[in-house]
Amino acid sequence: MVKEETLKELALSRSEYNLILDKLDREPNDLELGLFGALWSEHCGYKHTKKLLRSIKSTSEFTLTEAGAENAGAVNIGSNKAIVMKIESHNHPSAVEPYEGAATGVGGIVRDIFAMGARPIALLNSLRFSNLESDRNVQIAKGVIEGISGYGNCLGIPNIGGECFFDESYESNPLVNAMCVGLVDADKILSAKADRPGDLLIIIGAETGRDGIHGASGLASQNFEETIELRSAVQVGNPFLEKLLIEACLEISNFNELVGMQDCGAAGITSAAIEMAERSELGLKIDVSKVPVKEDSMTPYEIMLSESQERMLIAVKKNQHQRIFDILEKWDLKCSIIGEFIEGNEVQIFDGEKIISQTSIEALTSPPEYDLSLLSKGYKNKKNKIKIKEEYKNFDKKIINKYLFEILGSNNLISKESIYRKYDHHVQTNTVVEPGSDAAVIRIKGTDKYLIFSCDGNSRFSLINPDVGAQINIAEACRNISVLGGEPISLTDGLNFGDPTKPKGAHELIETFKGFNKACKVFEIPIISGNASLFNEGHNSSINPTPIIGAMGIMNNKTKIINKNFMNEGDYIGVIGKSLWGTENGLSGSEFQSFFDKTISGEININLDFEEKIQKNIRNLIKNNLINSATDISLGGLIMGLIKSCEKNNLGVNIDKSIPNNWAGALFGEDQSRIIFSFDPKNEKLIKESLSNVDWEKIGLVSKENIKFENIFFESDDLFLRYNKGFSTDI
Amino acid sequence: MKIGIAVFPGTWSETDTHYATQDVLGITSEYIWHKDQNLNNVDFIILPGGFSYGDYLRTGAIASFSPIMEKIKEFANSGGPVLGICNGFQILCESNLLPGILIRNKTLSFVCKNSNLKVNNNSKFTNLYKKDQIIKIPISHGEGNYQADKNTINKLEEENRVIFRYSSRSGDTSEQYNPNGSINNIAGIINDAGNILGMMPHPEKACEKIIGSDDGLGIFSSIISSMVKNG
Repeated sequence: MVKEETLKELALSRSEYNLILDKLDREPNDLELGLFGALWSEHCGYKHTKKLLRSIKSTSEFTLTEAGAENAGAVNIGSNKAIVMKIESHNHPSAVEPYEGAATGVGGIVRDIFAMGARPIALLNSLRFSNLESDRNVQIAKGVIEGISGYGNCLGIPNIGGECFFDESYESNPLVNAMCVGLVDADKILSAKADRPGDLLIIIGAETGRDGIHGASGLASQNFEETIELRSAVQVGNPFLEKLLIEACLEISNFNELVGMQDCGAAGITSAAIEMAERSELGLKIDVSKVPVKEDSMTPYEIMLSESQERMLIAVKKNQHQRIFDILEKWDLKCSIIGEFIEGNEVQIFDGEKIISQTSIEALTSPPEYDLSLLSKGYKNKKNKIKIKEEYKNFDKKIINKYLFEILGSNNLISKESIYRKYDHHVQTNTVVEPGSDAAVIRIKGTDKYLIFSCDGNSRFSLINPDVGAQINIAEACRNISVLGGEPISLTDGLNFGDPTKPKGAHELIETFKGFNKACKVFEIPIISGNASLFNEGHNSSINPTPIIGAMGIMNNKTKIINKNFMNEGDYIGVIGKSLWGTENGLSGSEFQSFFDKTISGEININLDFEEKIQKNIRNLIKNNLINSATDISLGGLIMGLIKSCEKNNLGVNIDKSIPNNWAGALFGEDQSRIIFSFDPKNEKLIKESLSNVDWEKIGLVSKENIKFENIFFESDDLFLRYNKGFSTDI
Repeated sequence: MKIGIAVFPGTWSETDTHYATQDVLGITSEYIWHKDQNLNNVDFIILPGGFSYGDYLRTGAIASFSPIMEKIKEFANSGGPVLGICNGFQILCESNLLPGILIRNKTLSFVCKNSNLKVNNNSKFTNLYKKDQIIKIPISHGEGNYQADKNTINKLEEENRVIFRYSSRSGDTSEQYNPNGSINNIAGIINDAGNILGMMPHPEKACEKIIGSDDGLGIFSSIISSMVKNG
């Protein structure tokens, strides 16, 4: 009888163990139990999210893959070019060892991309830390950023954007989501599978060591409080080796002898090889004694479950590996034939001559699927009406100035330049709009395309209402793309949630998927890939539910490039949206509310049809070359939108309106579906015609300096200084 | 006229350099692999940026011992033009083809941004620029802090061998425009014979206006045109 501690170490429940007994019709040996622990983990088996994932729109006229079928999702962008993209989280490893955790997070997502034969052409990331008031939090933030910088810069892949957000809910559980984008000829996408019995299974790259055993089942599937002791479960990255792997794997990717490629990520050889066999509908023979190891005395269990970094598996036609081995030798990479695909549906694991496991692949790769809906019904979101202090409703210049200058002390609102300057964003010479705008733009050489990328989320909205929060998440991702002129065509999601076996966690997951579904339908956009990181809990509370959306848009390269920055004194400023000043709920979940009232509450709303309409309209204005800048009103409200539009070119605004008595909501409210844009006065007539079907108004003009309303003005020098001053503690 | 671009394991700027020289400027460029036995009759050698051999030990240190570097040293010592960009500059210093050393940035952090450089046009690599022209070229390095002993610096200055200095947009070369702590804001230097240039900024990344600047092209055009003139 297996011990409780053993099951706990593998993150398997007693009932799951019983299910294994049923499936095998015998007791699993230790190795087999390890395989089940890894493959039935959330990270590999998606047992809590599979049902929900199936409900999502994952294909469109552009998609070339089915969701979850490959290492990442692919979309066709025309001219026989495809884009492969995916987000992956490395939350738990980054909490334990920030530098290596974040570094290997980058390494992992990059391997997912080139495993499909695609050249990685961009990295983005979304980071969540607690406030920078304790040494530990500063150390985590610093370590993560240095890790991304240290690993990513070494690879020669530009890091073009992302976000960094601070909230106390990430105190014991920082989030590190990395997104990678790859480019491949549409007819040359590699699959992670073998072709026929006899195909060889070959391991390439690093030797296998004792690092990272139980990473998937242990770190990523348990409550966080228990994992602080699991230091050996975090891997150490070698970006130099990864760079060699990228080049070598891309060089062999066009060889006829190569059948399939798969990265060794979570759960190491176990997950990589067995999933390859499953996809191929073949059996598999592996000999662990053939795996190059770092230490002589490693057990088969350790070899199969090690998460040593910088390893790839390839499937190669029988007896046709020589030309591939020559290329690997050119790059000084180790490789070894460790098995072959066979008829049948079994994985047979050998240690030399001796067979040590013989298990059904179907059993290993079909964990139970949990239905969270029953559990979720036990949870009701608290409904709070927003409370607005009297002070926020009485126009008073002195008070407003005081609040504005104070909130510019928020690490969430200020420029993130000190972070992205640590990442190379110019390499590959394609970056057209650098980090710092709503999204980044790159060109694709040899085509007439620009691609636009963003990566972000808003966990406060998801905390208030995970359904509407998720809708806003997708709407804002698409809006970030649209304000640069791009037509959003694909999404990837990073789901960062608490414990799905508790009512709150289950509820937040289910509602988030509801919201995703509604938004995907309205925007007619698929979520082509993604990652789930659950059990993000510690100190008796979970993180705010944090769905992250990575979005890609496309536009023709004849389009004039604009970004958030006002360009010329004298340009008119317009705002598209129902109301410039927002609604009475605008402060719900806003930075203002969180910063001053220390709460996250109220009601949030979005009208998806209206949102879709304004995005279409802004794209049209850009396409017809009618405007000089555009940005959405989001975190920090209207006033932050204006400051950000002005600061780069040191300009100001004259708004011919008076701020209403409800100044806090008007300046700092974060109501959705509002876009600030500027344009040459001579285009006014054409703009009026173009926007005839949508609510918008002209609010003033771009001036030489200062942010002026009719009843108040703010000195821009002071605002810009605060905006650009860097974080409260250097990270 | 043929450019050779040296590729070490870990190099990542070779394709950008190839694109800038061959695709943008139309000069034939080919790669020289670090295990190659000869230089294939190239006329001008570029050591591009990246992290050769992972930059383990010290930046550029291991590359300086690679087989192809012996050939490149011979080529350079016989007067062949060599340009080292970023990691290439570090390799040239480690190979004693240029004086001094590049140590960690003063901030101890990697830095990526557009830098303004004040150009000394008195070299084969910069003669197509105007005197004291200010050009915009990206930097991207963790170890670009140029240091050398006092005599070396004095000699470089006296012999007018500092080719690029970090500056403001208007040409002010005071300390506040120094992104990495280099002595005298030095961003690039040349050897005493004038055929070897090392620079931390990446001219190949400033090859087209659409990506922010094409100010870097002048370096490739200058050296090619001086070679054409001299037959």
